[in-house]
Amino acid sequence: MASPPQQELRRRSMIAAAATTAAIGTVPAALAQSSAETPPEAAKATTLKVSFTVNGKPRDLELDPRTTLLDALREGMNLTGTKKGCDHGQCGACTVLLDGRRINSCLTLAVMHPGADITTVEGLGTPDRLHPMQAAFVKHDGYQCGYCTPGQICSAVAVLAEIEAGIPSHVTTDLNAKPQLTGAELRERMSGNICRCGAYSNIVDAITEVAGSKA
Amino acid sequence: MKPFTYERAGSPAEAAAAAARRPEAKFIAGGTNLLDLMKLQIETPAHLIDVNGLKLDTIEPTQEGGLRIGALVRNTDLAADERVRRDYGVLSRALLAGASGQLRNRATTAGNLLQRTRCPYFYDTNMACNKRRPGSGCSAIGGINRQHAVVGASEACIATHPSDMAVAMRVLDASIETVKPQGATRTISIAELHRLPGDTPNVETVLEAGELITAVTLPRPVGGSQQYRKVRDRASYAFALVSVAAIVQPDGSGRVALGGVAHKPWRLDAADAEMPRGAKAVAGKLFADAKPTEHNAFKLPLAERALASVLADARG
Ligand SMILES: Cc1cc2nc3c(=O)[nH]c(=O)nc-3n(C[C@H](O)[C@H](O)[C@H](O)COP(=O)(O)OP(=O)(O)OC[C@H]3O[C@@H](n4cnc5c(N)ncnc54)[C@H](O)[C@@H]3O)c2cc1C
Ligand code: SF4
Repeated sequence: MASPPQQELRRRSMIAAAATTAAIGTVPAALAQSSAETPPEAAKATTLKVSFTVNGKPRDLELDPRTTLLDALREGMNLTGTKKGCDHGQCGACTVLLDGRRINSCLTLAVMHPGADITTVEGLGTPDRLHPMQAAFVKHDGYQCGYCTPGQICSAVAVLAEIEAGIPSHVTTDLNAKPQLTGAELRERMSGNICRCGAYSNIVDAITEVAGSKA
Repeated sequence: MKPFTYERAGSPAEAAAAAARRPEAKFIAGGTNLLDLMKLQIETPAHLIDVNGLKLDTIEPTQEGGLRIGALVRNTDLAADERVRRDYGVLSRALLAGASGQLRNRATTAGNLLQRTRCPYFYDTNMACNKRRPGSGCSAIGGINRQHAVVGASEACIATHPSDMAVAMRVLDASIETVKPQGATRTISIAELHRLPGDTPNVETVLEAGELITAVTLPRPVGGSQQYRKVRDRASYAFALVSVAAIVQPDGSGRVALGGVAHKPWRLDAADAEMPRGAKAVAGKLFADAKPTEHNAFKLPLAERALASVLADARG
């Protein structure tokens, strides 16, 4: 169900307001942690500085050390393309590329990545200049609700790079040969990205098209 | 998460010194297990020592003709290493059967060995669990325990160790190199690293507080047909109900370790000796002291059949 435009606008502007607060570079402790479970001494808990690059742009942040990379992206930098699903590494909605490799941004702390190069779905392409994988997902209808899609797309981009680099998977028959680009390989490699709408077969079609193969 | 302070260590000596200064600290490597548990307040370290900068991320040949795997080598890189694929196929296979591509890109060799059980009662902080809260009881005994241990368990805990990699390391006779907070180093065999639950299921390994794993070494390759067979509820991205790591030689001799059946990778000399006589004989030894529950008794025939299938494949 689509929300009425006005309500939608209000939700967006609230997020934007939160983001303005954070734009000075600090994620308030309250964002990283609900205040109810935070003991008094934590109110003055030390924050830590960390600098890394996100989508080609250098970022200097000062954070509560508990802030996950996912929360830093969404709450601290207003990069809400990356989604929070389970927050426990089980669904893949938070997948981003860290120094070119896909990871679950919910299971790592932002302060652990000084100097890193991070790419989110916003960094792959823009609405008027889509990354080929983004365009293929649109063309093949590789989603329904779209919530898992940013993670699926980041993961898919990395999957093709992993096959190219010769990294084997659970279904690779010969460990000592270059892995093949087959439907079975793509399904196995994408198993860390859950889609509740069940768009899996269209997702495989989209990735297959980008790979330029008839898997 | 409970508040914690955080520091990055630049060398194993620095990490050891930091651990000596802050005995309540925990090391954080990939963070894929520790942060999961910290979010649920099952782990509540007051201090984290980030070991990602220790430069223990290389795989080097040893003088004995084996491999020395740095504690920080990521699961993806270990599985994809050419030497591991060629000479220790069971290890590549076990790693690739675990978790997801994203998780394997972060998960480290040491962190994988030390990951904690997936017992659902351990994860549910409202339930009694001797591993999480010693003395509170075990909700799995008499509860829903389909995933739990069938052998080597105790009256206090029937949890299994969830790692796939550790099962392969066990069949390969790996050893673990460590440095203690005061700087002393030692080598522990994989057979001894993990403990059975006994009366203290909260004590899972023989590591001392603040003892850092620096590397895992593999002896020289033993050849043979190397297999890892994992049986689970989904075709991918699920923990094992049972798993079999086996190395079978052309003359039929070999070794086998099981995952998903005990508090540690399960291997017995007496069972290895039965390898030429087939799966039934081997399983008979592995499960000689088994005490399955109503819900998990299926693991005994399942493990035997998984082994039979591995042996059939090994014979070609
Ligand atoms: C959804 C999901 C599915 C999964 N599925 C599987 C699966 O099918 N099979 C499987 O085997 N695993 C699976 N895993 C678990 C995964 O393999 C582990 O989380 C991972 O291997 C842990 O490694 P890490 O480096 O992230 O450890 P961390 O989370 O960083 O640390 C784990 C523990 O090891 C300690 N530690 C880390 N490094 C050292 C060191 N050098 N010296 C001493 N102590 C150290 C830490 O203090 C901590 O106690 C899954 C995980 C998730 C979230
Ligand atoms: S089996 Fe072990 S981990 Fe599970 S509830 Fe019992 S004591 Fe806790």
